[in-house]
Amino acid sequence: MSDSASGFKWVGTRPVRPDGLDKVTGRANFGADFTMPGMLVGRILRSPHAHARVAGIDASAALAVPGVKAVVTAEDFPEIPDGDLMVGEGPMNFRDLSCNVMARGKVLYDGHPVAAVAATSRAAAEEALDRIRVDYEVLPHVVDVLEAMEPGAPLLHENLFTEGVDPKPDRPSNVASRVEFSLGDVEAGFAEADVVVEGEYTTEAVHQGYIEPHAAVASVGEDGHCTVWCSSQGQFMVRAYCAKLLGVENSRIRVIPSEIGGGFGGKTTIYVEPVALALSRKAGRPVKIVMDRDEVFRATGPTSSTHVKVRIGATKDGRITAGDTELRYQAGAFSGSPVQLGCMTAFAPYHLDHVRAVGYDVVVNRPKCAAYRAPGAPMAAFGVESALDELAGKLGMDPLELRLANAAREGTKAAYGPRFRQIGYVETVEAALAHEHYRAALGPNQGRGVASGFWFNIGGQSSAAVHVNEDGTAVVVDPNPDIGGSRASMAIMAAEVLGIDYDRVRPIVPDTSSIPYSDMTGGSRVTFAVGMAVVEAAKQVVEELRSRAAKVWDVDVDGVVWENGEARPASSNVGEFEPLSLAALAEGSAKTGGPISGQATINARGAGPGFGTHVCDVEVDPDTGRVTVLRYTAVQDVGRAIHPSYVEGQLQGGAAQGIGWALNEEYVYSEAGTLENPGFLDYRVPVASDLPMIDTVLVEVPNPRHPYGVRGVGEVPIIPPLAAVANAIRHACGTRMNHLPASPPRLLAALDAAKLPEAAD
Amino acid sequence: MARVVLPNELARELAGGQKELEVEAENFRQLLKALDRRFPGMGDRLRDGVAVAIDGEIFQEPFLESIGEDSEVFFLPQIEAG
Repeated sequence: MSDSASGFKWVGTRPVRPDGLDKVTGRANFGADFTMPGMLVGRILRSPHAHARVAGIDASAALAVPGVKAVVTAEDFPEIPDGDLMVGEGPMNFRDLSCNVMARGKVLYDGHPVAAVAATSRAAAEEALDRIRVDYEVLPHVVDVLEAMEPGAPLLHENLFTEGVDPKPDRPSNVASRVEFSLGDVEAGFAEADVVVEGEYTTEAVHQGYIEPHAAVASVGEDGHCTVWCSSQGQFMVRAYCAKLLGVENSRIRVIPSEIGGGFGGKTTIYVEPVALALSRKAGRPVKIVMDRDEVFRATGPTSSTHVKVRIGATKDGRITAGDTELRYQAGAFSGSPVQLGCMTAFAPYHLDHVRAVGYDVVVNRPKCAAYRAPGAPMAAFGVESALDELAGKLGMDPLELRLANAAREGTKAAYGPRFRQIGYVETVEAALAHEHYRAALGPNQGRGVASGFWFNIGGQSSAAVHVNEDGTAVVVDPNPDIGGSRASMAIMAAEVLGIDYDRVRPIVPDTSSIPYSDMTGGSRVTFAVGMAVVEAAKQVVEELRSRAAKVWDVDVDGVVWENGEARPASSNVGEFEPLSLAALAEGSAKTGGPISGQATINARGAGPGFGTHVCDVEVDPDTGRVTVLRYTAVQDVGRAIHPSYVEGQLQGGAAQGIGWALNEEYVYSEAGTLENPGFLDYRVPVASDLPMIDTVLVEVPNPRHPYGVRGVGEVPIIPPLAAVANAIRHACGTRMNHLPASPPRLLAALDAAKLPEAAD
Repeated sequence: MARVVLPNELARELAGGQKELEVEAENFRQLLKALDRRFPGMGDRLRDGVAVAIDGEIFQEPFLESIGEDSEVFFLPQIEAG
């Protein structure tokens, strides 16, 4: 198992994940699997309208249905004042969150919850939902981001005044804010340019597409203490958010995390958990709510649909002189799209002296957007990386050479302001250039596209504990739900520090009462930040083990070293002692001071930014518009891969999701503003038969701020695929797809439109 | 003196459009106080919910961070988790 080149025994190896067997044999418990005695079934009544005033709700007939124990509406949640509060890891508008969980006064999208029922059976709950009478006054609606910005567009919130403009508007609108990031003098940059490319790019809303629906069991005891079992990206987030929405103290809620069947950012907020709690509080019995798939699509996630304008200028020799972009992102029914992050990431891979990004956050009658891998970045990169492809064509340059010539390096001032420290973008482009894929021959109707992406990566508040068992094994307490194999990476890092075998370390994910607070699993932070806490806790254990050995040998602790999982005398001057293994010290711990354990709480700093470059080959069927991805290679600077298989899995998963975004996935709304494809039959995510094996190249430019050099890896790989696929289509058939997804009908229409001028000639 | 770059919106709203300025501060807490003295109300606006890049490193929670004599300090939106 040891990797002699790196000097590590476990870091960089590929052992089986600790949770793997349970997951492949169906034993693992996900959100919907938990049951309790006396548990009721909760169901949610959702708006059939895109926009309507709720004049009244009459639940009397529902309460008369046999088996119905409680009905809740917005009246059962405290009314929360408008404004952001700092809770957990960032600001949150809890009024918006509350109104999203249960509509108050108005429904703002198809699927918006208006009431919920708890009953002894699903049939009784469904019947009760049918009997709730909601008096709707239907209002005009708007689901398109550009239409929502027009004067006279249907107004979602009468108290929404655009932030970030001067003078401050005296009339409300659907534009929540305008943001701007700029460096240098953009127009002066364009004046230096020999060539300028411009384009407008549109992406549709896509869902995170996790297979496991949102699910929770909640139980409120007679003493007011609450317990929630649920699937989420952070049990501490669920606790904090539920406490605010229900008006109870954090400490009265204990959240027990289940396994999580995918999140991708979509489970960084709450939907059913506070509703189950409110029903349980009213009914006096545990309540379980499991969303159906159509509820997941209609009322959770997705990410923004967007409209992006890009203008790039360059000299004849390929030096980019200026970059300018305007981004319009819809946030769903409440403000807070990731447009700022789109602005910051759009040009981040490049060294530009003159650059500007202006963003607009716009509300529309759609479900409130939730985070999705690298929130905001893929849509911005689609615009910029498509425009760069056009620029390379105009300059007659290889598109990777163009990127290399303008690549950000250590010391480059990032487009969003600060200077980069050690980064590995250049290495990813060089690796893509050197890859055999980039030189492979292409056939008729086939084309190759490339694109790059950047993500910040974050650290954050993290805790961890390492306990030594009496039998010489160790438990790693990792407070973050394991979405992408983090149990394995935590066990590897603990095994490396302790010097024991990987399979002697057992990681667990605890509830909110068993370990101090930790930020969510998200932002590509867990292996980096929680990993640092695990390393710190394991080091504490090693220090304690040395101390115990010193007591056994009756020597000073400085005379003891820890090597390969054993305490040894530091030198012959200390004395002649047989090494004491971790197992031996654990077995004798009662004599030397009791149980051995370490616990660390940190606010992790020094997350290293991540960059990736992708190469994609496609074939376009000119008769049907169908695009087949023939070959795909994802190159990424990963710092150092703790468990390379799961790092490769992150790259492959991100690429697959990005390819789905590029080719098929989209929310389709009716004229009435209702979602027409709320299921996996009509909302088409890529399946295994749609994709080739995605090749990965792990570029390792270690992050000097992490004990093993880790950089976050989960966000970057979803950023390049949209443009990589679109660029490949352009080179396959000569048609630039400015509007994704490039689904067969849309591509066929574009191909037909391109033929018309030829026919006219 | 550290070179401080304010968010565009805040610079326009509270600093008369001045986006870049030099501030004498040894740590983030002193920086906030200095900004608040110069532009009343700015300290409160920058205390929570913002990230800060100091010499290229982004801190989601900068409260305890040191600032060097020649540091570059950028205020940024907090990075959302995906």
